[in-house]
Amino acid sequence: MSWDNVLNTTEQIAQASLQTISLFSLTLIFSLPLGLLMAFCRMSRIRPLSLLMRGYLLIMRGTPLMLQLIFFMYGLNLPFSRFQVAVVAFSLNYAAYFAEIYRSGIEGVPVGQSEAANVLGFSKGQTFFRIILPQVIKKILPPMGNEFMTLVKDTSLAQIIGVAEISLIGYQLQQTFVSMIPIVIAGVFYLLMNSVVSRGFSMAEKRLGYYR
Amino acid sequence: MSILEVKNIQKSFGKERVLRDISLNVQQGEVLAVIGPSGSGKSTLLRCATLLEEIDFGYIAYGDLVMARSEGNNERAVYSAAPVLRQIRRRFGLVFQSFNLFPHFSVLRNITEAPVRVEGKSREEAEQQARALLDKVGLSEKADAYPCELSGGQQQRVAIARALAMQPDILFFDEPTSALDPELTGEILKVIRSLAQEKMTMVIVTHEMAFARDVSDRVIFMDDGVIVEQGDPQQVLENPQSERTRAFLSRFSHNG
Repeated sequence: MSWDNVLNTTEQIAQASLQTISLFSLTLIFSLPLGLLMAFCRMSRIRPLSLLMRGYLLIMRGTPLMLQLIFFMYGLNLPFSRFQVAVVAFSLNYAAYFAEIYRSGIEGVPVGQSEAANVLGFSKGQTFFRIILPQVIKKILPPMGNEFMTLVKDTSLAQIIGVAEISLIGYQLQQTFVSMIPIVIAGVFYLLMNSVVSRGFSMAEKRLGYYR
Repeated sequence: MSILEVKNIQKSFGKERVLRDISLNVQQGEVLAVIGPSGSGKSTLLRCATLLEEIDFGYIAYGDLVMARSEGNNERAVYSAAPVLRQIRRRFGLVFQSFNLFPHFSVLRNITEAPVRVEGKSREEAEQQARALLDKVGLSEKADAYPCELSGGQQQRVAIARALAMQPDILFFDEPTSALDPELTGEILKVIRSLAQEKMTMVIVTHEMAFARDVSDRVIFMDDGVIVEQGDPQQVLENPQSERTRAFLSRFSHNG
């Protein structure tokens, strides 16, 4: 590969990384709150609701995301663009993982915390958002960090429905130039993104390290 | 009028009847010590009185506010509407065996959070009050510390200050020294004693017999979900009428 082609490849992959980053960010924006809602359903005392959610979580976590993407794209005929379908599928899939992480975090906060809040007169909402959730966030940072990093890499699956993200472009350029360089460059982009994610989580853990 | 009135309450967990038929009144300024073997229902009684558990049958009222009542003898207790229960919650405070401070808040914020969020006090006012309470429990220099930086005894003193910040009519203690190393129990007992001198109404579940005799106006001995004996501390602890009380107390003195 000529130097010009390397530059050109980098530029195209940088272009594609915008798709990757958008998919990553939009997935988080939707799946983080959605996962919390799912965790509540899963822990609900209303038996049918909790059973339904268990079934959902089993399906979403028990089948490959790639198959889910194909199903959402060609099975459901949603009036969405390829990219939008990817956001929907990723959000529903990641929300399922987040739901289980939230649940473990919520169950890990001693029941005495909500009892103390209850006796002091806090409402249910105040108790959850002011007392429980901050402690949950501290507990779930490490598993969340894992999920975030996996998500960065999982965005490459969106190529199966034709989203022009980093891996797809990298693969096409590798075919064009019959060279490994585009693949290496694509890898470097993922690595860069994940070092930012990893850095962010270390900082967050440090910030919340003031208490045990 | 009594601060707390409990009549014929019953509570079961599944098939196990934890409270069989408990009645008791607490008067303004009275200090009541509740003793008895573990599993006798002491903690459940406190948890029912503080809305952490629901009674099955009976009647509970704080002054003029009824928390729950059974209409007939065999009717399950019905709880009052949420606004009444909210009002009732402001009348009592509870100090837990395991402190249950909020670990992510500073000591000061642990004390001010409820007055600010629940009572709508200004932060300045709440902090001023919190500092006065910290002074009272001897921890004024710890206002900005976090619970994990404190000893168990210090944490429990903060928990007492936190409960007092809501200006309750009555303060419940659920074995406040049981989670502490023996050398730390003294500082808690000292705080409770000073509250008793200020005529704070208190119900204290405890295993500290000497303390119960010292500080309380009345001792209740519970066993197997009923009040077996109650009365003057001197009388109950030194000259118990019931065989069960005697057996319990003798076990105690042998164990130290």
